Amino acid sequence: MAIARAERLVNLVLCLLSTRQFLTAERIRAIVPGYADAPTDEAFFRMFERDKSELRDLGVPLETGKGVDGTFSDGYRIARRDYELGDIDLEPDEAAAVALAARLWDSPQLTGAVHGALIKLRAAGVDVDDAAPAVVEPKVRTSEPAFPPLLAAVQKAQAVRFDYRPPPPAQPKTRTVEPWGVVAWRGRWYLVGHDRDRDAPRCFRLSRVAGAVQTVGKAGEVQVPEGLDLLSFVARTEVAPTPSAPAKLWVAKDRAHGLRRHATIVDRRDDGDVIELDLKFPDSAAKWIAGFGPDVVVLEPELLAKSVRERLLGVLESERR
Amino acid sequence: MNAANDRLPRLLALVPYLLNRPDIDVAEAAADFGITPKQLRKDLELLWMCGLPGYGPGDLIDITFEGDRITVSFDAGLERPLRLTAAEAASLLVALRALAETPGVVDTDAVQRALAKIEKAVGDAQPAGLAVGLGLRERAETTQIRDTVSHAVKHERALRIRYYSQAHDQISDRVVDPMRLLLVEGRGYLEAWCRSALGVRLFRVDRIDEVTELDEPSAPPPHAEPTDTSEGLFQPEDGQRLAILTLEPDAHWVAEYYPVDLVTELGDGRTRVLMRYADTSWMVRLLLGLGGEVHVEQPEELAAQVRSRAEEALRRADHLLST
Repeated sequence: MAIARAERLVNLVLCLLSTRQFLTAERIRAIVPGYADAPTDEAFFRMFERDKSELRDLGVPLETGKGVDGTFSDGYRIARRDYELGDIDLEPDEAAAVALAARLWDSPQLTGAVHGALIKLRAAGVDVDDAAPAVVEPKVRTSEPAFPPLLAAVQKAQAVRFDYRPPPPAQPKTRTVEPWGVVAWRGRWYLVGHDRDRDAPRCFRLSRVAGAVQTVGKAGEVQVPEGLDLLSFVARTEVAPTPSAPAKLWVAKDRAHGLRRHATIVDRRDDGDVIELDLKFPDSAAKWIAGFGPDVVVLEPELLAKSVRERLLGVLESERR
Repeated sequence: MNAANDRLPRLLALVPYLLNRPDIDVAEAAADFGITPKQLRKDLELLWMCGLPGYGPGDLIDITFEGDRITVSFDAGLERPLRLTAAEAASLLVALRALAETPGVVDTDAVQRALAKIEKAVGDAQPAGLAVGLGLRERAETTQIRDTVSHAVKHERALRIRYYSQAHDQISDRVVDPMRLLLVEGRGYLEAWCRSALGVRLFRVDRIDEVTELDEPSAPPPHAEPTDTSEGLFQPEDGQRLAILTLEPDAHWVAEYYPVDLVTELGDGRTRVLMRYADTSWMVRLLLGLGGEVHVEQPEELAAQVRSRAEEALRRADHLLST
C-alpha cells in the first residue's frame, strides 16, 4: 500500500508542478495514476484530502485557485518558484561547518529535521560529509521530557499550562505561559514567555517542569514581542555569582583531594594539614565539605563550621527514621 | 513518522541529487541518504514509474544503470530539491548560529559564510522560537587548560595531564592520546585514549589541573572508538550499584543532575528515585553533603556507611575544635 501511495504522490507533485492552470480534484482524479483505484467519489475525496495534507506537512506549497473546467470548483497547482530550494554552493570549509552544525543535536526531534535538511542540500549539489571527524564537537541534548511539547507549542504559537517546581523555599505551582521560545543556555534548557499569572515575561528551567505540558486556547494566539532576543533574555535572568569567601580547614593526610586541588597548605601537622582556600560558592560549600566526612574539619569561619555540622547531624536524623 | 512520510521527501530529493552527480555509485548514493543500496534500488524502480501526465515513454523519469552506476537522463521537472521546511531550516540555522556565536570553538568565519548562504537559500523558512548558546560554565583557569587541550587535539599531539578523579577523590598523572574535545551541556570534555587505563576515557576539562603537550603524536590504537553520545555522555554500565532514595524538596536537584530512574512523587514535594552509581565512596560523599535532605531506603550497607561517616566526622570535629 505504502508503495502505491508514494508513487501516486510523486506523480501528483510532478503533475501540479507542470501545470500553469489550477487543476480541479476531478481533473486530477482523471489524470494522476492511482486515483482511478478509488471505488467511489467519497473514497476518492478522502484519498485526495489525505494526500493534500501530507504534501502540506512536507512543506510542498500547494496553491489553491479557481479551476478551469467550468464547474467553479477549487483547483490546485504548485508554483515552481515556491517549491524549489534556492541556489546554494558551499566551499569545503563551509560544508564542514554545516556538517558540524548538523551533528550538534543529540535530540530525536532535531536530528530528524537536520537529516531532512542535509538530504535537500545534497540534492542541491552540495557535498556535506557528516561523518568527517572534527576537533571540537559541541553537542546539545534535548532529553527533558518537556522539550518536545514546549517546542511544538512555541511553533504553533499556543499557550501552555504546566506544574513548575522552582528552587526551594518557593512552592510548586501551576503556571500558564504564552511561550515565545525554548533556549539552551550554558547547557540548560529554558522556556521564555509571558507568564499569565504574573502578567510579566518570565524564564523557566525545563528540568523543573513537573508532569505533562498541556496546551491552552487556540494555536496562533501567542504574540511574540518584536525584536525579542531569546539568548540575551535568558542570560539577563541568570543569577549573579556570589562573592567568594576565604576558609581555613583541617584535612586528613592524603585525603580530600577535591578540596586540596583548590587550596594552599598553611600548616603541616602530624595528624593532617591545615589548608586555606577561597570558596566560590559559599552556599553550596557546606554540602561539598560535609561530603568528605571525617577527612575534613572546618576551622574558620564559624558559620561554615556550623552549617557543615548541621548537615552531618541531618544525616543522622534522616537515617534514624 | 510512517514509512511513506519518510520516503516521499527522499524520492523527491533523489532525482535532483542524481542529476547533480552523473554516474554515481549506488552504495555512495545510498550512504548519503542513510539507506541500504537495496532500498535505493527500490526507490529508483518506483521513480521509473513516475512522470508527467501522458505517462508515455518520453514523459517518465528516466534513470539508466550501468552496473552499479546510476545516471538520470530525464528528470520530468524535478531539477531542484524541495525547499527546507521551517523545522529543517530551524534545526540547521540554530545550530550554525550557536557555532557562530561561540568564538574559539570552530572556524567562525566559515560558519558565518555557510550561515549567510543557507539563510539566503531557505528564504522565508526562518527559524523562530529556538535558540542555543554554547557558552561554557567554566573558570578562567579552565579556559586556559581547554586552549592547550584543543591545540593538542587539533595538532594530534599526546598530552600529559594531572587529573582529578571525582569518583575516587584522587589526583593522578597520566599520558593520553587525544581524540576530540566534546562540549556537552555547558562543559568541556577531552575524549582520549588513556595509556594508564588502556581505554577511551572522557576527562572533564575543569578537573584537569595541569596539562603539558608532549613532543610525540597522539596515537590512539585503531580499536579506540569514539563514545556514542546520542543517549547522553554516561551510560549505565554493568556492575553499577542501585540505591533507592527519598528526596526532600530541597534535594530535588539530585534528580535533575544525576541519572535517576523511576521518579515517584510522594506528595509534599518529596520524591522517591532509583539512582545508579559506580563508586560507593563517591555516593557516600554525595549523601553526606545532602545531610537531612535525602534518606537512603536501600541498600542498608550504604545507609550504614553514611551514618558511621557522619558520626565519625562529628566526633573528629568535636575533638579537633576542643584542642
